[in-house]
Amino acid sequence: MDIVNQILEREQKKSEKYKPITVEKHLELEFDVGTLLAFDSNDLDTKSLSSKKDTYLQSLTRDNTQLLLNKVWELPTERIDEAVVVRLPQPTTILPRAKPVPKPKPLTKWQEFAKAKGITKKKKDKLEWDEQLQKWVPLYGFKKAAAEKEKNWLIEVPQNVNPMTDMYEKKATEKSEKVSKNELQRLKNIARARKVKIPRVGIPVTSDKASATQLATAATVAKASTASLGKFQDKLPKEKDARGKGIHELIPGKERKRKAPIPTPQAERENNLSMIDKILNKRPKIDIEKAVSKHINDEQLQRSEEKKNFKPPKGKRKAAGKGNVTNFSAKKPKGGRGQRNPSKKNPGRKRR
Amino acid sequence: MNKMPVMQRIKKPTTRKGKKVLLAKEPKPVEGPKQCLFMQGRHPSERTRKLLKDIYDLKKPDAAYFTRKNDIVPFEDASLIEKLCDKKDAALFGVGSHSKKRPHNIILGRTFNYSILDMIELGAENFKAMSEFQNMKVLAGLKPCLLFNGPAWDLNQDLKRLKSLFTDFFYREKVETIRLQGLEHVLSFTATDDGMIYLRSYRIQLKKSGQRTPRVELEEIGPSIDFKLRRTKLAADDLFKEACRIPREAKSGVKKNISRDPFGSKLGRIHMGKQDVSKLQTRKMKGLKKTAEEKKQMLQKKKKAKKAASQAEAQA
Repeated sequence: MDIVNQILEREQKKSEKYKPITVEKHLELEFDVGTLLAFDSNDLDTKSLSSKKDTYLQSLTRDNTQLLLNKVWELPTERIDEAVVVRLPQPTTILPRAKPVPKPKPLTKWQEFAKAKGITKKKKDKLEWDEQLQKWVPLYGFKKAAAEKEKNWLIEVPQNVNPMTDMYEKKATEKSEKVSKNELQRLKNIARARKVKIPRVGIPVTSDKASATQLATAATVAKASTASLGKFQDKLPKEKDARGKGIHELIPGKERKRKAPIPTPQAERENNLSMIDKILNKRPKIDIEKAVSKHINDEQLQRSEEKKNFKPPKGKRKAAGKGNVTNFSAKKPKGGRGQRNPSKKNPGRKRR
Repeated sequence: MNKMPVMQRIKKPTTRKGKKVLLAKEPKPVEGPKQCLFMQGRHPSERTRKLLKDIYDLKKPDAAYFTRKNDIVPFEDASLIEKLCDKKDAALFGVGSHSKKRPHNIILGRTFNYSILDMIELGAENFKAMSEFQNMKVLAGLKPCLLFNGPAWDLNQDLKRLKSLFTDFFYREKVETIRLQGLEHVLSFTATDDGMIYLRSYRIQLKKSGQRTPRVELEEIGPSIDFKLRRTKLAADDLFKEACRIPREAKSGVKKNISRDPFGSKLGRIHMGKQDVSKLQTRKMKGLKKTAEEKKQMLQKKKKAKKAASQAEAQA
């Protein structure tokens, strides 16, 4: 026991030599060790703050720093290049960014196609061995033009071309056309990415160069370009309306067809169920007006049938009757202007 | 003011250097430290000038100090500041001015997407410059410890945003590791209930404590400033939320389906989608091609079958 006491005493003396590293706080501090930040929400001592401001602030800061550093010293340490470092945790304080989060770049038309087809870019060497020049020639850039010049000191005019053509000029125009086509496609891609509508471009149509489809389209559009949208325009024999991608939109008065969006499984099910209900619960519709008129018609028919079959009693009636018996009615007597006989050659007024 | 991405512009940069500059200006998922501009507005007083210079010294090397006076009144017209921030690619700014109505005025603020996000006006009631403390200073560019004292930081909405602003100004940047001996600077911000903010800056001296963790002693190195809160212009909540968005690249999530076997080699479990067999292109081989004779036989067979079918139909 003696030894134990001795050691304890020694330790106590040792610790008395140093100032403590513990700090008493009413409320715990909030730490964000990742940003080396601590927030002390304890109430300030207003009295000492007004009287001995600087010393109070220093002692307060010292205590809080001690607490923060205690937290830092608890972290696992590493040794990097003779220096002891600690690995900091993720910061919890979220600070605003300087610029918005970047959106993914829209793919160009080619990139989209390549992605669908699984085409990957192959890396090409910058230098290529040229058999003709017997040296390494750059694929592009510095010294490429010089190598090209050296190589093409003479260009043969092919058989099928006018022998007076300047092949150098031809080559230059081809190159510049390629460049401008590339630029156009770049602009188209930008427009597509920004969803800007651009007019369709192509070779301008001239009457001597237009194709059959172009002419048919032009005719169809022209025909529909009347005030009545071509409704009263005659058709030529064997004439057909132009059809194809994008033509429908050009014709005035034609509405764009839009496909209905694919319904959700729930909505589809509901639709189908309601349709089945409709079919199963089908009842004949009663159109009262129609029924009434039908009834009246039936009655009339019956009556006319009765009249046809009616045989007048012989005798008195016959003598009195003149004209058509069936045409019995309470109408005014015609006064001799009776029915016309259609079987006669020249129908007209009944003459006597 | 919503700007489109820089590189999505129509005109291509003419020079390689110009392209590099534009690329550097593009928004990135993980951003570096924010750059800061310190400017002098109308008639800056000696105190504000020195104060800005001291904050600039603390903020170096991610800062620029404009020595000329400019007609900058951020609360009335922020367009000049936005323009300068765009030009210098900075996101933080400090402006000093002095007037009878607002003596020793300091405006601290930050921008988001080159438009003002927050601005807070502070009056420097008391100021003791760094040069007035005659002692050893800390190395430039060290990451300081930030201490916020007083319950007011959490209760007052303006102070809450000011706390975030001060953190943004001084925390420098996110680091993975830190050297223990490099922890030698403390910035302490104490807010009282009557709107005073005391900024103090100390150098840490690590003393022996008989344990692993050292005993901390402080020595004031300046600047020491007593701020009074004045006007504020804070961002709307939705804009602030938008600015605080963390991109997916910066989020550290647990990576799934990765394991290690006892020998320490990495194993991954991958999930394959269903293969579309109908689009499968099998190998075309000459050996599998039909010869002319085989083709003939096939044709004859077809014809026979057709005939039989037509006869059967006629009989029926």
